[in-house]
Amino acid sequence: MTGPALAVVTPYTTPLWLMDALQVLVLVLVAAAAAGVVAVRDPVRQVIALSVYGLLLAVLFLVFQAPDVTLSELSVGAVALPVMLMLALAKIRARAKHQDSRPEEGDQ
Amino acid sequence: MSSRARLWLFAAAAAGFTACYLWGLAGLPGFGNYPGPYGLIINKIAVAQTNATGVVSAINFEYRGFDTVGEEFVLFVAATGVSMVLRHLRGERERPARDDALDRAQSMSSDAIRLAALVFTGPAAIVGWFLATHAQTSPSGGFQGGAVLATAFILIYLGGQFLMFRRISPVALTDAVEASAAGGFVAVGIAAVLAGLPYLANFLPLGGTPGAVTSSGTIALISFFVGVEVAAAFVLIVSELVEQTLLVPGEGR
Repeated sequence: MTGPALAVVTPYTTPLWLMDALQVLVLVLVAAAAAGVVAVRDPVRQVIALSVYGLLLAVLFLVFQAPDVTLSELSVGAVALPVMLMLALAKIRARAKHQDSRPEEGDQ
Repeated sequence: MSSRARLWLFAAAAAGFTACYLWGLAGLPGFGNYPGPYGLIINKIAVAQTNATGVVSAINFEYRGFDTVGEEFVLFVAATGVSMVLRHLRGERERPARDDALDRAQSMSSDAIRLAALVFTGPAAIVGWFLATHAQTSPSGGFQGGAVLATAFILIYLGGQFLMFRRISPVALTDAVEASAAGGFVAVGIAAVLAGLPYLANFLPLGGTPGAVTSSGTIALISFFVGVEVAAAFVLIVSELVEQTLLVPGEGR
């Protein structure tokens, strides 16, 4: 790659109204997904809804021209956070089951 | 407080909040308009000054490298805290990975999940490693790369390969890797001081070709350390949580 080639700016070819429409669409989807996360009551389903919300948020960052934030959000918001919450739920469930099975002895 | 009084209190608070919020919104610059000079200046000088064509990385690891050290240690402290809080308590024992409901060996993940994990593990590992080692050209660097790389490990776990996950990321090793990578970042900064420059100054010679791996001095080096640290921190947090699901409280304490 030569020096001057770097100075050439790629023209912005996508029509502006199309980007505007895309941005509005993604914003609406993110708002709907966020409302969905709150509306779901079962914790396990809620984690899945949260993961979908994280994925949509990643798309939002991409559409708003922040590809670096997209990559973080994709792995943290859509994968790592839901996995951590799922594991926490599994732990709580295992403990509840354990306490159910030995009610007399107490657990202190 | 009566419900009527509470309603009035809420109405007053909501009105105040709305007024302040709208006032704040009115003072914002127009959508997509950036009034400050710094972004424009950086855009003009960054490539020539750092030889990195990924300007986001140049900012993260060069212009504001000191802030990035702080962020790095936020994650480091978080991972340390998780391992402290989730240590084995006295009397806790590990139960075999068996299905509680049917008392059989743990059921496998569904075929769909295993196939997805199989398909995405390799690409996640390669993309993550590429991002972490190519900060100077990619739109990101170590943090994104490390997070994507950690996703590959998590996918192995999700694919039902718990023993494999544990074998390739034993906690003691992950711990050591995380700490040395975090230390490596700090060491790069100290090396600059030893060379008689400010902390974290780019003391390595810049290559001739903007964007090449070796061209941007310490940017690639720091990004590498950050990538390893972030990946190890994520894997550490997840393995601690995975182990927690297998622990049951002990008989008596």
